[in-house]
Amino acid sequence: MIRTLLFALCLLCPLGSMAALPLPLLQALTGDDADARTQAVIDLGLSVDPQAQVVLEALRDDTLFTLKGRLLVVTGEQAADAATGASVGVPADAPEPPEQLTVNNLLRGEAAKALALRNLASKDVDVRRSAAKELASEPPAAFAASMATAAASEQDADTAQLLKLAAAQAQLQSPEPGLRIAALNSLADSGEPAIAAMIKPLTGSVEPDVQVRDAARRALNAIQGRLFWGDLLDRLFTGLSLGSILLLAALGLAITYGVMGVINMAHGEFLMIGAYSAYFVQGVFQQHAPQLQAWYLAAALPVGFLAAALVGAVLERLVIRHLYGRPLETLLASWGLSLILIQAARALFGPQNVQVANPGWMSGSLAITPSLVLPWNRMLIIAFAVAVLALTWALMQRTRLGLYVRAVTQNRAMASCVGVATHRVDSLAFALGAGIAGLGGVALSQIANVGPEMGQGYIVDSFMVVVLGGVGQLAGAVWAALGLGVAAKFLEGWTGAVIAKILVLGFVIVFIQKRPQGLFAQRGRNVDA
Amino acid sequence: MSMPDSPSHRAVVSDGPVQSPHPLFRLTLPALVVLFVIPALHLLTPADSAWHLSDFFLTLTGKILCYAVVAVAMDLIWGFGGILSLGHGLFFALGGYSFGMYLMRQIGRDGSYHAELPDFMVFLDWKELPWFWQGSDHFLWAVLMAILVPAVVATVFGFFAFRSRIRGVYFSIITQALVYASMLLFFRNETGFGGNNGFTDFKRVLGYSITSPATRSVLFILSGLLLIGALYLAFWLTRSRFGRVLAAVRDAESRVMFIGYRPQDYKLTAWVISAALCGLAGALYVPQVGIINPGEMSPANSIEIAIWVAVGGRGTLLGPVLGAFLVNLGKTYFTSHFPEYWLFILGALFVAVTLYLPEGLMGLPARLRALRGLPA
Repeated sequence: MIRTLLFALCLLCPLGSMAALPLPLLQALTGDDADARTQAVIDLGLSVDPQAQVVLEALRDDTLFTLKGRLLVVTGEQAADAATGASVGVPADAPEPPEQLTVNNLLRGEAAKALALRNLASKDVDVRRSAAKELASEPPAAFAASMATAAASEQDADTAQLLKLAAAQAQLQSPEPGLRIAALNSLADSGEPAIAAMIKPLTGSVEPDVQVRDAARRALNAIQGRLFWGDLLDRLFTGLSLGSILLLAALGLAITYGVMGVINMAHGEFLMIGAYSAYFVQGVFQQHAPQLQAWYLAAALPVGFLAAALVGAVLERLVIRHLYGRPLETLLASWGLSLILIQAARALFGPQNVQVANPGWMSGSLAITPSLVLPWNRMLIIAFAVAVLALTWALMQRTRLGLYVRAVTQNRAMASCVGVATHRVDSLAFALGAGIAGLGGVALSQIANVGPEMGQGYIVDSFMVVVLGGVGQLAGAVWAALGLGVAAKFLEGWTGAVIAKILVLGFVIVFIQKRPQGLFAQRGRNVDA
Repeated sequence: MSMPDSPSHRAVVSDGPVQSPHPLFRLTLPALVVLFVIPALHLLTPADSAWHLSDFFLTLTGKILCYAVVAVAMDLIWGFGGILSLGHGLFFALGGYSFGMYLMRQIGRDGSYHAELPDFMVFLDWKELPWFWQGSDHFLWAVLMAILVPAVVATVFGFFAFRSRIRGVYFSIITQALVYASMLLFFRNETGFGGNNGFTDFKRVLGYSITSPATRSVLFILSGLLLIGALYLAFWLTRSRFGRVLAAVRDAESRVMFIGYRPQDYKLTAWVISAALCGLAGALYVPQVGIINPGEMSPANSIEIAIWVAVGGRGTLLGPVLGAFLVNLGKTYFTSHFPEYWLFILGALFVAVTLYLPEGLMGLPARLRALRGLPA
């Protein structure tokens, strides 16, 4: 009863004194004419009336209703007049209930753009930035001036740049050729493939004005030039990233193969052990030191190294040592060991991949241009590979163990004659190689899936690196890993991943024809070396 | 690639001491009897009889007979040539695919799309057969291709690999890379061999239903005959002058070369014969198991072939057959009863055989005698 009374009361007072949205605008919004509806949304975006914001939000949230030709914003039990914002009572037993306004996705998109335009006035820089991002694709032509004004007064450089491009895009639809040329000139600063695609038709017959066509051609050339370099750098970066991973995987193999002349087919499983160490340490930190969670990787590095080195030392003692001088049998036995290690990982951690989280300081990326985005985790892994390489180099060149390892690599019999305990060197070198693979595994856990079979894919690739680089030379492994990584990524761009892999394999086979001793061969006089 | 014709080559050693009779000859007749008795028991006894051998048994043994041919082919190059291939699954699969193309064409219009082309081509919206499918309608062409395709691939690969004296572990890893790359290639739909799913749902071979007991029995007998033929061929090859040079290359390649032979020619010949045998085995394998897909080219499958040979005993010819049967029967048993232990067992087998049984099971009696201090 009281509701009905209130309702009647409100109908009686039209609140004419308050500012209100113009009635024709709201009528257009409820009408059937799609163009008129779009125009109404654009007008709402440009309107200075704060009530426009409310209506646009209601449009976005599907809370606009019509009742007897009036537009209502309904929130929960409450209803308010769309034009004024005055609260309206709706009787529960009204003869006809309010009807929800049908909004299609197109209109909802327009509303989001109009809202974004209004949000550009927000004090919160994050709100402004997300609004600019919303407007960056296909902004309505009518917003061009407002966006240009907002861009001029914008404090945040990224947002200003986005807005400038968005304004230029909107301005492109202007009927004035001069304005279109100005817009094209400012779009030429962009590095976005989408903008290049948008400008492209304007170089042809779609654009009536010859001068505008020329401007479009110039802008397109500028953008494509920038895209080309961005693309090239991107390929180079992903190639380096792949190369650094190959290096981490192959460094240990290069040492063991150099020293003992055996191919350790279980080498990939040492990577797996390293990656599972990262998973294990992550779990320990979660349980006992959640406040240090961000730094679990630092602890995982020594754990991964020691775990893999320990397993490597045990396997060398139990199996590899007894097969000395029989490289093919060693290969088969180490394959057997890899099967056992894989199945052990399945038994311990389950057959599914496990989740190893990126710590906060490794996630995110550095955007150099819109098309060249460098993820932090990949950059850190490149840096990590360099650090591991430097340590290994120091170990091989500056320590007594390194001296022995190099001596045994060059000539086992001679080294033994002058008093090098070759069996001890074998054990240590094998453990060292396994440990380096363990470190690689910890790094790999940050960018690849961690599962029982993760190591299987790396054995052929790592061996290619060793073959290409030549035995017993760290420099060879480095150049081979980076070369293979970059070549694979560039080929992938042209031919797809599978053909690229086959081409790389073919290249390595042809390469061995010419230089069976690898890029950096050690000189020797042994026929059967 | 000419065969060596230098004077030093013609002046080879005399025929050497008389060979002791090989167990191969003693076993041939019993093997032939078993080869015909098994299908007979399958065909002629009622299903509820105690003597009846099931479909499963016939298919399993037929499959292992094909594997045994591959093991003999592997023994030829590894046991006698010292070349460890980790890519023999490629030749097996190429033979299987070549014959599978014929089986796919034999489906005719009975596929799910009732189209002239194989189902996967309809699915890819291809309008006509690619050029490399020409001739796949003909049985003899398919058999020829099953031998020729692996042989040609092996010739090209082997020519370059042996010419540049790639050997030992280098060669092994390169063959693994080869089979791995081929697997990736065959996984692609665009390659034209059914992609991921490969070929399956075969209906007929030479017009006979592929699942009928009679067809299965014939395929079984053919596999057994191929095995016996492969054994005789390998036996003859390894006892010939060619085989002795091959063994010499295995034991001291550089010396053989310095004497004036071209080791690469001997290796390549053995390599290509081995690949062709694998191709034939693959061609018989596919109609029996009813499917061929790129999984056959996975590196793990190829390396398993080596363990069959190692378990039985390298360079013994009969040993690899024994090894193929034991390992595969073990695999069938364990993967169905204790699937989680199979990889442990297989892995341990690799380690144990290389450490403790370098001559395989065929060398076991001699080893036991030696342990007891008896003369060999």
